[in-house]
Amino acid sequence: MDIIIPILILAIPLFMFIFLGLCGMKMSYKLAGTLGTLGMGTVLVLSYLTAFTYFFSGAPEFINAAGERLQYLVFDQTWLAFTEKLVIKLGFLLDPISAMMLVVITTISFMVHLYSMGYMRDHHGVYERGFQRFYAFLSLFTFSMLGLVVAPNIFQMYIFWELVGASSYLLIGFYYTKPSAVSASKKAFIVTRFADLGFLIGILTLSYYTGTFNFTELTSIPVEGMTNVFQVSGNTAEGVRSIFANSAAPVFMGGSVLTWALVLIFMGGMGKSAMMPLHIWLPDAMEGPTPVSALIHAATMVVAGVYLVARLFPLYLMEETSLVIITVVGALTALYAAMVACVQIDIKRVLAFSTISQIAFMMVSLGVARPEFHHGLGYMASMFHLFTHAMFKALLFLGAGALIHAVGSNDYTAMHGLRKHMPITHITFLIGCLAIAGIIPFAGFFSKDEILSSCNEYSWVAYLWMSLVAGMTAFYMFRLYYLIFWWKEHKVHEGHHAPHDQAWTMTLPLVLLAAISCVAGFIPFGNFVTWNGHAYDFMAHFNWSVATVSLVVALVGIGLATVMYRKENELPAKFRRALPTLWTWCYKRFYWDELYIFITHKIIFNCISRPLAWFDRHIIDGTMDAFATLTNKASEAIKPLQSGQIQMYVWYYLIGALAIGAIAVACLI
Amino acid sequence: MEITAIYYLVPALIMFCCGVYGFITRKNMIAMLISLELMLNAVDINFVVFNRFFYPEQMEGMFFTLFAIAIAAAETALAIAIIINIFRAAKNIDVRSLNEMKF
Amino acid sequence: MFSDTYILLYFVAIPLLMLAGVALCRNIRQIRTVAVIGSTALIALSVVVLLRYLNLRSGGDMSPMLFVNSWTWFEPLHINLAIGVDGISIAMLLLSSIILFTGSFASWTIEQPKEFFLWLILLSTGVFGFFISVDMFTMFMFYEVALIPMYLLIGVWGSGRKNYSAMKLTLMLMGGSAFLMLGLIGIYYHSAPAGSPLTWNILEIASYNAIPQNWQYFLFPMTFVGFGVLGAMFPFHTWSPDGHASAPTAVSMLHAGVLMKLGGYGCFRVAIYLMPFAAKELAWIFLILTGISVVYGAFCACVKTDLKYINAYSSVSHCGLVLFAILMLNTTAMTGAIMQMLSHGLMTALFFALIGMIYGRTHTREITQMGGMMQILPYLSVCYVIAGMASLGLPGLSGFVAEMTIFVGSFKAGMADYLAGAGSLRLVFTIIACCSIVITAVYILRVVGKLLLGPVQDEHHRQLTDATWWERTATATLILCVAAIGCFPDFFNNLINTTFSPAIFAVLGM
Repeated sequence: MDIIIPILILAIPLFMFIFLGLCGMKMSYKLAGTLGTLGMGTVLVLSYLTAFTYFFSGAPEFINAAGERLQYLVFDQTWLAFTEKLVIKLGFLLDPISAMMLVVITTISFMVHLYSMGYMRDHHGVYERGFQRFYAFLSLFTFSMLGLVVAPNIFQMYIFWELVGASSYLLIGFYYTKPSAVSASKKAFIVTRFADLGFLIGILTLSYYTGTFNFTELTSIPVEGMTNVFQVSGNTAEGVRSIFANSAAPVFMGGSVLTWALVLIFMGGMGKSAMMPLHIWLPDAMEGPTPVSALIHAATMVVAGVYLVARLFPLYLMEETSLVIITVVGALTALYAAMVACVQIDIKRVLAFSTISQIAFMMVSLGVARPEFHHGLGYMASMFHLFTHAMFKALLFLGAGALIHAVGSNDYTAMHGLRKHMPITHITFLIGCLAIAGIIPFAGFFSKDEILSSCNEYSWVAYLWMSLVAGMTAFYMFRLYYLIFWWKEHKVHEGHHAPHDQAWTMTLPLVLLAAISCVAGFIPFGNFVTWNGHAYDFMAHFNWSVATVSLVVALVGIGLATVMYRKENELPAKFRRALPTLWTWCYKRFYWDELYIFITHKIIFNCISRPLAWFDRHIIDGTMDAFATLTNKASEAIKPLQSGQIQMYVWYYLIGALAIGAIAVACLI
Repeated sequence: MEITAIYYLVPALIMFCCGVYGFITRKNMIAMLISLELMLNAVDINFVVFNRFFYPEQMEGMFFTLFAIAIAAAETALAIAIIINIFRAAKNIDVRSLNEMKF
Repeated sequence: MFSDTYILLYFVAIPLLMLAGVALCRNIRQIRTVAVIGSTALIALSVVVLLRYLNLRSGGDMSPMLFVNSWTWFEPLHINLAIGVDGISIAMLLLSSIILFTGSFASWTIEQPKEFFLWLILLSTGVFGFFISVDMFTMFMFYEVALIPMYLLIGVWGSGRKNYSAMKLTLMLMGGSAFLMLGLIGIYYHSAPAGSPLTWNILEIASYNAIPQNWQYFLFPMTFVGFGVLGAMFPFHTWSPDGHASAPTAVSMLHAGVLMKLGGYGCFRVAIYLMPFAAKELAWIFLILTGISVVYGAFCACVKTDLKYINAYSSVSHCGLVLFAILMLNTTAMTGAIMQMLSHGLMTALFFALIGMIYGRTHTREITQMGGMMQILPYLSVCYVIAGMASLGLPGLSGFVAEMTIFVGSFKAGMADYLAGAGSLRLVFTIIACCSIVITAVYILRVVGKLLLGPVQDEHHRQLTDATWWERTATATLILCVAAIGCFPDFFNNLINTTFSPAIFAVLGM
């Protein structure tokens, strides 16, 4: 494998960021956008080439004689050596999931680059202020995300993890004059930073015991006779587990130390992937421009948590508890987000909660995956869903962006009945909805079905629970669809243009993504991505009963939505009146934001920071000032002795002299 | 009656005490200066007496007294000059009111 | 001319020449020229020394310090002008010269420039002298030379409650010096084993390792607190917010950027280097204090509204981390501490430069009275965001590398203690210190959000103009340095690492 292409994949976006960041303001808008898109196009081609080479070339460093896919370390450069052994390296690891992620990231990123050329200008074709900056940030994000997925060690992952966080901050706050965008970006950064604290401590614990950051040493073994080629192996993970088990203090507060480390690392993933209770930043992050939501907050960055767990999956397998925690967190989040999504008004909020719910699906799928159930079906299903979800969710977001751009509002009440005005957007959005609802033959059907099968193997509770959520998914997506495109006729106000399909730069990505969403389900994903590289025959394990059930559940959800929302009627209002408490709690997102505001403002600011600041000014500083005051007081007190009356001085002198004389005499006698 | 050292020392002591008393109690700077001279002269007498009665073969006490008288004269001149200047500045030579330079 | 014997003396000679030059100047242009040429020469000199040093090290010279030399100054008390550098001192010299350079640009239009630059250069003479000294006496002398001009610089050119602040800063630091002097004299009297002549030379004291253990219990706290006051250690940090708030821009830069590093450097070079036994025994007291500093400073910064106060408290937090890491007594954490000194020096100088520039335009430092600066002063605002990102530890900028090195090192020390059953104090405080990365993000983003983003608060601000060329030079230089450390940390890591030679720290079992 040539080393140049991987380097270029990382270097081009980085160069575009620096170049557009420094020189962008001197260029015309169009040139900056075109350059950014072209750069991204190049990366897209190179990534496809890399992924294609990896999956299909059959070279010995990528696949062994038994048909197992291997991990290939393209390069690994020392960046910072803490000690002889503990070294942070920057490298490029090519394995099934990183190759798949390269495809996902560059595809979506390219679509978004192209789409933004149309989106980031108004109806008169005037580009938005900071257009070049936008492309610079997009490039920074793409660079960071690519660096994250190809990381061969956990610390590189952490480095790029922070960088994606920062670029997400910059992009959410793109409209920085809007206070809501500013606070949303701040919230996103701080919440994920808090999660990263757990991640960091997890990394520190793991690396302290194992003495390494490298995934290749934590989860895989080197393949004999080849350099830089590794194979995922449960034995290595078992070795790691025994290091922990044999240490001086293997148990900490009721859990094994390895479990603690893994759960803390998962906490980082919870933050980035918006799992409850660290999900609160994601809905607010929709304040960013819609293409950003599509790229970062739907398709790529938010699945980083899933990717992280997948990356360390052999280790997670060693500790049942950690997988159970992942499953429970995922399942709760999935249901919660689906419930909230059913009643939101802002279309981007609905999509945001749907994203949370779908990522929770992936988490659950990882949590229930076991090698003994169909060779780790859940792992494959999770990655498959990650892939398909990225495509159709990006499609939905970009479609929503087209709607918002056409209508000028996020609120669906301003939309209603748009199907005739925007036919291309309508069709592509419908495909996206069908895909996410899990209707055969669209992409979501296959991946979601795999997840449900895997839950079924694990426990019937998980299966029923997730099926319910799948049904709700179909319901809220079609609720959204009907409210936007049907419900009632769209009224065009006097003096306004009727909404219409947008420029080709915006529709082309929609059509392409819709096409992918139609066919992606037929990719034999098991051949490419499995937890240990063994090819997995997809159809042989296909569970038709589960598939039928999930299809029926999805159809029920769609049917319900059709009944309630296809035409304007009183049913939704009746439901709302029937269950007012539930409706309010869902609408208010179960008051999580209020709780957080209470904790941060009332407790941290008012009960910690302010008293500390007061303590500092009045107690600590007061003590220091008190020393000075004391000295001053003392000198004031003895000052009158120096009265300036010479005769007083003579008195003091006389008395002193006489006293000394008297003492001297007394001593002599 | 033989005149011993004590006959000189007692008047000198009385003179010195008068000087001290005057220096402390008088508020007029000229009067204080006079008291100062009194003390100085009392000390001069002591010098001479001690020399004459205890070390008759030496002359240091005498010389020291002569120097002290000369310097006292110079010092008096200086002091009166200062007092005159103070008077010009403050229209007053009352020592109680002249405490501007304290601290 | 640049022979190894004398090369270090130029670090003192150049500032003295600059002093003479400034004294002869007639107008501000000449003063600027002298300041810029002189500080550029200092940067060049540091780079030359750095390259020489690396060359010698790669040639296999593993003595603890290089370019060592000594001239007798006062024989009866064994006071010498002894000089020598290792990787840490070179890093600090480089830092000081860069900050002097950028500080000159930042005080481009100061009033009474002649006097200002005279004092500023005198201050940096002290700083450079301190970093090249290996004789405790001259070290202390240069330390005082660096402290005293601060009083005048703040008292005359400052703003706000400048007399109070200048007095407070000077008195508190002098108080620290009193402890320090006691400690240093104590070390001197126990410097050599019986029979050998006493010495002030750090290298000799370290090689004798003759300070009795019961004396170490007394001398270690004395020196550590003495230097710790300058390093803004928890109960003795309050000079820092007031002092910084009143100081003029260049002085804040030099003070937070370099002078506070004197504290950390001294703690390491004198307290821990000479008295490793007490360092090990008494570390827990200071660990608690510095650990408190780290989170305490960060929490206080969260509610302040004056930009300089916020930054001063953030300095308390970051400098606390330096002392905290030094006390971990392992190579990784100590390397991290030195990197944090470098990193904090650069980014806090950048912060203070930017705050000065913003204050010079808006005449207020209250974040509640400003807003939307990004629209008005885009260049300065972008620089501020970069400085903020460096401060909250964004990878690619210097803060991240330093903090991570510290955390990895301290966690290692903490876990080692914990697993050996030696208590979990280090571990607990490491985790507490890790929390500071979140709190730092809170106060940095709060300032960025209120000051730079959002709508314009005061319509009068719309007329303000963005950075001038000299301001751009100052900020761009600092940003480049911050990014250089962040992108190529291993270079600095290696430079610093070689200092922690096993021979010296064998006592600690490092």
